[in-house]
Amino acid sequence: MTDASSSTSEQVGYTKPRSQWWDVWDQFKTHKGAVMGAAFFIAVLIFVYVGPYIWTLDAQYIDIRARNQGPSLAHPMGADQLGRDMLARIMAGGRTSIAVGLTAMLLSLVVGTFVGVLAGYFRRVDGLLMRLTDLFLALPLLPLLLVIIMLFRDPLRATFGPEQGIFILIVFVIGITSWMQTARIVRGDVLALKEREFVLAARSIGTPPHRMILRHVLPNVLSPIMVSATLGIATAIITESALSFLGLGFPSDFPTWGRLLFDGTDWLQRNPERVIWPGLAISLTVLSVNYIGDGLRDALDPRIRGR
Amino acid sequence: MKFRHLVLGAMAAFAFAPTTAMAERGTDGQLNIIYWQAPSTLNPYLSGGTKEVEAASLVLESMARFDETGALVPFMAADIPTVENGGVAEDLTSITWTLREGLMWSDGTPVTANDAVFTWQYCTHPEGGCAQASYFDGVDSVEAVDDRTVRVNFTEAKPFPYTAFVGAESPIIQAAQFADCLGAAAPECTEANFGPIGTGPFAVEEFRPNDVIVFAANENYRNPDQPAFSRVVFKGGGDAASAARSVLETGEFDYAWNLQIDPTLLAEMEANGIGTVVTAFGTSVERLHLNQFNPDPALGDIRSTAEAGPHPFLTDPIVGQALSMAIDRSLLVEVGYGAGGQPTCNVLPAPELYASTANDDCLVQDIDGANALLDEAGIVDTDGDGIREYNGIPMRVLYQTSTNAVRQDTQALVKQWWSEIGVDAELRNIDASVFFGGDPASPDTFQKFYADIEMYTNNFSGVDPEAYMANWRCSDIPSPESQWQGANIQRFCSEDYDALVTEMSRTAPLEERGRLAREMNDMLMQSYSIIPLIHRGGVSAHANSLGGVRMSDWDSELWNIAEWYRIAE
Amino acid sequence: MLTFTIRRLLMAIPTLLFISLIIFLILDLAPSDPTASLPLTIPPDVRADIRASLGLDEPIHIRFLLWLNQFFVNEPLNLLQHWTGWDLGGEGRTRVISWQTRSPVVDIIAQRMPQTLWVVGTSYIVGILIALPIGIYSAYRQYSIFDQAGTFVTMVGFSVPPFFSGVLVIVIFAVNLGWFPSVYDTTHVVVDWPSFVIQLKQMILPVMVLALQITSQISRFMRASMLDNLNQDYVRTARAKGLTETVVVMVHVLRNSMIPVVTVIALGVPQVFGGAIITEQVFKVNGLGHLLIGAIQGGDIPTVQTLTFIFAVLIVLFNLVADVLYGILDPRIRYD
Repeated sequence: MTDASSSTSEQVGYTKPRSQWWDVWDQFKTHKGAVMGAAFFIAVLIFVYVGPYIWTLDAQYIDIRARNQGPSLAHPMGADQLGRDMLARIMAGGRTSIAVGLTAMLLSLVVGTFVGVLAGYFRRVDGLLMRLTDLFLALPLLPLLLVIIMLFRDPLRATFGPEQGIFILIVFVIGITSWMQTARIVRGDVLALKEREFVLAARSIGTPPHRMILRHVLPNVLSPIMVSATLGIATAIITESALSFLGLGFPSDFPTWGRLLFDGTDWLQRNPERVIWPGLAISLTVLSVNYIGDGLRDALDPRIRGR
Repeated sequence: MKFRHLVLGAMAAFAFAPTTAMAERGTDGQLNIIYWQAPSTLNPYLSGGTKEVEAASLVLESMARFDETGALVPFMAADIPTVENGGVAEDLTSITWTLREGLMWSDGTPVTANDAVFTWQYCTHPEGGCAQASYFDGVDSVEAVDDRTVRVNFTEAKPFPYTAFVGAESPIIQAAQFADCLGAAAPECTEANFGPIGTGPFAVEEFRPNDVIVFAANENYRNPDQPAFSRVVFKGGGDAASAARSVLETGEFDYAWNLQIDPTLLAEMEANGIGTVVTAFGTSVERLHLNQFNPDPALGDIRSTAEAGPHPFLTDPIVGQALSMAIDRSLLVEVGYGAGGQPTCNVLPAPELYASTANDDCLVQDIDGANALLDEAGIVDTDGDGIREYNGIPMRVLYQTSTNAVRQDTQALVKQWWSEIGVDAELRNIDASVFFGGDPASPDTFQKFYADIEMYTNNFSGVDPEAYMANWRCSDIPSPESQWQGANIQRFCSEDYDALVTEMSRTAPLEERGRLAREMNDMLMQSYSIIPLIHRGGVSAHANSLGGVRMSDWDSELWNIAEWYRIAE
Repeated sequence: MLTFTIRRLLMAIPTLLFISLIIFLILDLAPSDPTASLPLTIPPDVRADIRASLGLDEPIHIRFLLWLNQFFVNEPLNLLQHWTGWDLGGEGRTRVISWQTRSPVVDIIAQRMPQTLWVVGTSYIVGILIALPIGIYSAYRQYSIFDQAGTFVTMVGFSVPPFFSGVLVIVIFAVNLGWFPSVYDTTHVVVDWPSFVIQLKQMILPVMVLALQITSQISRFMRASMLDNLNQDYVRTARAKGLTETVVVMVHVLRNSMIPVVTVIALGVPQVFGGAIITEQVFKVNGLGHLLIGAIQGGDIPTVQTLTFIFAVLIVLFNLVADVLYGILDPRIRYD
C-alpha cells in the first residue's frame, strides 16, 4: 500500500485524490455550533492544563485565614471552607473530571456499541448478549462497587501508584456500569437497519460481515451514539463525584468538578460562587461536546455533506 | 383523629389536673420532630442504633434516666436505690428497685415487677441477638420480690449497679405484649416491634419503618398534666443540612437531631431567629489511633498483628507527641464542630470526677516545639525531600477515617500541619458501613487497621467508665484469632495498665475510682498511641416556640419530652 | 410475534434465577455489615450474637435457597391467604425478613410504592410528554432559535445533578418564596379537592427536578433520531406525493424515528419503580429508592436482594416490551 501510494505521488500531473476526511473537515468547519464548541472545548483544556502554570497556587494548600472568602484579587473565585483557592481547585478538578469523563465515556461507548452491533447483527448471539445486558442493568451498583474496590484497589495501587490506580479503577467502574443503554439503543437501530434495502444490496454483492458493519451499519447508527456520548460525559463526571462522596473514588483532598459542586451545594446561599463555577464548568463542557458531536455527525453523513 | 385526641386529652386533663396546673395534657397541638436518619424499628432491643433508641424513648421508659448533668432521675421507679437507703446491698451484689404506685401501661393495665423480669429474659435469650445484652452483663438473676419490687442480683460485687433497666437503652417492655416473641421468634413479632406498649408520655399511632412515626398522647400517663402535645410526628430522611433548614429556615419542624454540618452555615441559619441550636456533651471523643504494629502492605495477612512486629516509628512516644503538638485543636473545632465540640487532651473527658487535667499542654498548637522535639531526638530529614527519616525510614503515613464531610476537612488540615513538621500523610476515607462493619473479609474495617493512623469517635454509655477503660488491655488487641474483635484498636499493651484495670474492677469508693480512671487516662496519653482531638457533643436545633428542651447526652436527647410545651406567641 | 413473546417469557425464568444468584453472590461478597451502623458502645460479642440471629452463620447456598423458598413459595402463599382468606397453613412459614426493621420486606415495599409511583411516575410521564414535542420540533426546525434554546436548556439540565438542582429549588421555592413544602409528607391521604391540592403542592418540586433530567435525555434522542430520518428518501417521496407536512412528519418520520426513543423509555420504566435515590433523599419522599439505598448502607441483604430482584423482573419485562414494539414500529423487524 505504502509503495503504491508513494509511486503514484511521483507521477507528474496527477493530483492525489482528496481523502474523504478532508470533506468531513470542510463540512465540520461550516457548522457554526461545532466550531464554537470545539474552540470552547480547547479553551477549557488550555484552562485546566496550562492554567496551573500561570495561576500557581496549590489546589490543596490551606490558607485558613481566607476561609469562606468571596471573590477577591487573591482568590478570584473565592475560597472554600478551609481557605483553599477555588480557581486552583477548579483547574485541578477539571483535569481529573475531563479525563475521567472522556475515558469512561469512550469505554462505555465502545463496549455498548460493540455489544449492540453484535447483538443486532448476528441473531445467534442476540439472546445471550441481551440477557447479559439485562444482568448488568439489574445489578445493584453500590454493592458491586464495594466488591470491585475491595478486590482490586490494593493490587492496582501497588502496580500503578495511588493516583493512577484509582483513576483506572474509576474509569473502569463507570465504564462497565453504563454501557447498557447504548447497547440497547444501538441494537434496536441495527435491527431496523438490517432490513433496509441498501444492506440487502451490499449483502447480495458478497460484502463480508466486518465490512458490512464498519461501512454500512455503524455510520447509520452514529447519531444515537453521539447523543449517548454527550450524555455519557455528564453522567461520568457526576458519577465520579458520587463515588468520591462514598469514599470509593479519589482521596477526599483531591478536587474534581462533581465533588466541588457537591461540596458547594450547602453553601448555595452564602457563597453562591462555590456552586456557580463548577456547575458552569460541567454544563458548558458537556454543551461544547454536544455541539462537537452534532457537527461530527453532520460531517460524517454523506447525504448532508453533499448539500 | 387529631380532634378526638385533643378532646380526650383535654377531658383527661380536666378530670385529674389540680386547678393550679399551668399546662394541660394535649392542649398544645402537634409537635414535629425530624431525625434525618429514620428509625427502622421501635424495639431498642432489636436495633441498638441511636435513632431507634431515641424514638422508642417516647414510648418505653426505664426505672431511671440520666438528666443533662448525668444525674439519675427516677422514672418508673419511686426513687433511686442507694447503699444509704438500703436499695443497694452492702456487699454490692444486688440492687432493689421499687416501681411507682399505680403505674399503668398505655393500654390501661398495671405495670408489675414481672414485666421487668420478662424484659431480662427477653434480652438475655441466647437466640434473640439482643442489641443491649451488655446492659445485663454480670446479672445473675432478676426476681420479682412482690408486685412492685424488682431485685437484680449480680454474679459478683458491682460497684456501679445502675446498668440494667437504667437509661433509654434498657427500657422495660410489657410482658403480655412480647410473651410470644422470645428468642428466635423476636423478629416475627412485627406488630409489637413497631408499636410497643409503654409507660411513656406518648403511644404509637402509626409506624412506617425508616420513614415516619405518628405518636398520640398516652391517656394513661402518670402525670395527668403531661404531655402538653397531643400528637408527635417523627419524620425521617434527608440529610443533616436539610433537617437544619426545615427547623431554622422554613420552620416546618420543631426539633431536628444530630446537625453535624459546617458551624458557619448552622450559625447563619440560626441567625434567622426562627430556632435555636442546642448542644449537650457526653463522653464522645474524636481521636487518632496510632498503630503500634507494622501495617506495611508488603507483610500481607500478618500486617497490623503482633507477628508483623512493632511499627517502624509510631511506637516512639516522641513521634506521637510531635504529631499531637502540631495539631491546632481549637481551629479544628472552629472549622468543623462549632458549639458541638471542645478541644480535649483526654480520651476520658467526662464526667468531671474522671477527667484528668494533667495533659492540657496539648491545647495550644506548637509546630516549632514539635520540630525542635524531633530535631533533638535525631529524627531529621536526611535526604532533603522535606520528609524526616526515622532510622532511615521516611515518615510517610496512611491516614484513614470514615466518609464524612467534617472528618475529611479535619484530615486535610491535619495533613497540612504534619507536612510542616516533615511528616507526609496519604489520606483515605472509607464508607462508614464498611469501616465500622466487622466483615473479616474486608481490608478496610477499623479493627483491622491496615493503615498507620485512623480517626473516629468513641464513647461509653452511662456515666461509669470502668468497661471503657478496660478496652486498652493487652488481651483486647484485635487479631485474626479473635476474628479481629477487640476494642484495643491502636494495639497498646502495658502490664501496669492491665494492673490498674483489675484494681478498678475491685474498687467501690467513687473518689478512688476517679483517681484510678484518671491515672489510666494519663498513662494512655503519655504513651502517645492515642491522640484525642475533640470532645464532641450532640448538636440539635429546636424552634423558638418550643419550650422545656433539656438536652442530655447521657441518655436519649428526648428524655424529658413529657415536659416539652409550646410557648405562647 | 406471539411465539416469540412466549418463548422469551419462558427464557426469562432461568435468566432471572441466574441474575438473582449473581446478585446474591455480589451482596454476600460485599464488605458491608448489618451491625456497622450500631453505636461503638455495643461490644463485639453482642454484635456476633446479632449476626447469628440474622442467620449470617449459615453457609451461603443455604441462605440463597432459603431466600428462594421464602420469596417464591412463602410470599405468594401468604398473599393468596391474605386475599382469599383460605387457610393455607401459614404457621411456621417464614417470610423474607428485613434485617434492619425485622419486618417482612414485601410489606415495606408495598408501603413505599405509593409515594414512588406518585412522584417518580408522574415526573416520568410529564418528562416524556414534554420531551417528545421538544425533540420533534427541534429536529424539524434544526438550528432555529427554538432548537438552540432547547439544546442549551436540556444539556445544562442534564449536567446539573439532582443533589444540586433539588437544593436549589428548595432554597428558591420553599425557603425564600415559601410556596411549596420542602418535606414530602408520606402519611398524607388524598380524599377531597383541598387535600389533592396539598398533594400537588408537595409533589411539584421533586417532579420538577426529576422531569428536567428525563426530558433532557429523551428529547436529545428524539431530536437525533428525527434528524436521521428527515433526510431519507422516503420523506422526499412522501412530500412529492403531496402529503401535508403534518402527515409527513407526525406519521412517516415520527414512526420511523421512535426505535431509539422507545428503547430509552422502556429502559426507564424499571427505574421509575427503582425510585430516584437522590431526589427522594433531598425531598424526604422516602420511597423505594430511599429504601434501597438505606438497605445497601445498612448491609440489609434480604431487602436489597428482594428489591433488586423485582427490578430485574421489570427490566427483563420492559426490554421484551421494547422488542415487541420494534416489530410494531417497523414490521420488517422479525425475530422468528
